[in-house]
Amino acid sequence: MTVSVTRPDPAGERDAAGGRPVSGGRTARWRRPTAEGRLGLGARIGLGVTLIWFSLLVLIPLAAVVGVAAAGGWGKFWQTITNEQTFAAIRLTVGTAVGVTVLNVFTGTAIAWVLVRDRFRGKAVIDVLIDIPFALPTIVAGLVLLSLYGPTSPLGVDVANTRAAVALAFLFVTLPFIVRTVQPVLAELDRDVEEAAASLGASRVTVFRRIILPAITPAIAAGAALSFARGVSEYGSLVLLSGNLPYSTEVTSVRILSSLENDNRAGAAAVATVLLVISLIVIVAIDLLQRKLVRRG
Amino acid sequence: MADIALVDVPHTDPDEDQRSSIDEPTSRPRRVRTQRRGVGTYVLRAFVIVYLFFLVAWPVSLVAQRTFEGGFENLRGILEDPAAMQSVRLTVVVAAIAVVINTVFGVAISLLLVRYEFRGKRLLSALVDLPLAVSPIVVGLALVLVYGGRGGWFGPTLESAGFQVIYATPGIIMATVFVALPLVIREVAPVLEEIGTDAERAAHTLGANAWQTFWRITFPAIRWAVVYGVVLSLARSLGEFGAVKVVSGNLLGKTRTATLMVEEKYLNFDKGGAYATAFLLALVSVACIVVVAIIRPKEDDE
Repeated sequence: MTVSVTRPDPAGERDAAGGRPVSGGRTARWRRPTAEGRLGLGARIGLGVTLIWFSLLVLIPLAAVVGVAAAGGWGKFWQTITNEQTFAAIRLTVGTAVGVTVLNVFTGTAIAWVLVRDRFRGKAVIDVLIDIPFALPTIVAGLVLLSLYGPTSPLGVDVANTRAAVALAFLFVTLPFIVRTVQPVLAELDRDVEEAAASLGASRVTVFRRIILPAITPAIAAGAALSFARGVSEYGSLVLLSGNLPYSTEVTSVRILSSLENDNRAGAAAVATVLLVISLIVIVAIDLLQRKLVRRG
Repeated sequence: MADIALVDVPHTDPDEDQRSSIDEPTSRPRRVRTQRRGVGTYVLRAFVIVYLFFLVAWPVSLVAQRTFEGGFENLRGILEDPAAMQSVRLTVVVAAIAVVINTVFGVAISLLLVRYEFRGKRLLSALVDLPLAVSPIVVGLALVLVYGGRGGWFGPTLESAGFQVIYATPGIIMATVFVALPLVIREVAPVLEEIGTDAERAAHTLGANAWQTFWRITFPAIRWAVVYGVVLSLARSLGEFGAVKVVSGNLLGKTRTATLMVEEKYLNFDKGGAYATAFLLALVSVACIVVVAIIRPKEDDE
């Protein structure tokens, strides 16, 4: 930062740096580097290479899923996803993901609240615990849950091979999402406004409902979208835990895998397309919510 | 970020004035900045601790306990089994390559998204998050449909050129890169936004070229974000299971990664071996988070 002192920027120059898409006006006075946003030769090559890489790795493969699913025509597609067993899997997956996400809205917000507003010894441990489900390999997560809630449970609770196991696994792997989206927003909140409201006679509940909740709602929604998406796409943690029983505990991902293993690529692609559409909707929703978050500041 | 700077929250000052004038007549205790703890605070705290204990802490510690149930036998069994060590080696190599690829492209994409304007930027910025929301099985399927040697879009051509992707190491690397792709970007892009362009432009006016500006100005400013991104990617890469299961073919001694070995051992009633492998994997991933948790506060001091 000290370098800028040797050649002081005019005051206007700094303002322009903050607002990205400046056009004309002051710009003409100094020759702007590429920081202004125009692509130089190097950046253009970088963009090209990056896009090719991204296409080969992500876009073309995902397009292939939709392409293979569409190749059989609409009738075939519809027949595949309304197949009784497949439909049961989709219903179980989406239903459980919705239920778990609703639960996460409450527990996630509560955990974020405690992490931001409460102070006690050992809080740092809680902070680490929240991230464990995110970093733990999913197959290990399944084994971890199986050790407490499986046949050899020291608690005597055995949910293995039941639908409760599916919910439990979703609850575990989606734990961090709402906590981690709400936490920073809550930390940034201006406490003065709450104190003002309280001093004006608002009860704690009123303060929470009227002041805090509106501010953190977009963050909760973004976290909920992530949590739902993660739940719907979960696979690894269920392998050992849920038993993958058709019509009962078989989730969509497992259904796709078994189609693929039976060499039914079109069928696998059709069900995968359903999941992809769900992911896309979630991504768009998060994108919109994040814009809303930024506008709010 | 630009928007935030422009829309500054204006209402703190008037509230401040009102508080002092209105607070006095009421007899309720003054709410001061220090924490005022009601019963609710303790109830909430207790709930969070109990919930996390039953959902995370206890189950995770049980895996450690089961691993060491017969002393070090389980762990030794893994460490002295050449096939198991082969799996661990494969996992480490794949993760290392995936992390390098994701770091280079992650920083490049972050720079492009934050520092440049181009058509389709918003689309790209939404699409890079996609791997977080796609099922690992769908990731595997997508790669098989394009790079599969039998019936894939590009697979047969690549294979006749002697380059096998699916059921071989390149496929495992691609699957791993795919699932960990957004992690570096999500750490680096916000920091790039935050540091702004003042120093970079100053460097440029002083005659630095783009390369010098990046290594001497931009990179030092984002290095901690890059470190977090790398650590998180590493944890994710070592632990990928579903996508790797689809593309690897799970061939013993060739394409069986450590996570696949956990499943294999558990289903073959070698529970001790499964717990020991899971313990090693958990150890690495927990170490990754703890490392991030320890470095992170330091950044705030700087």
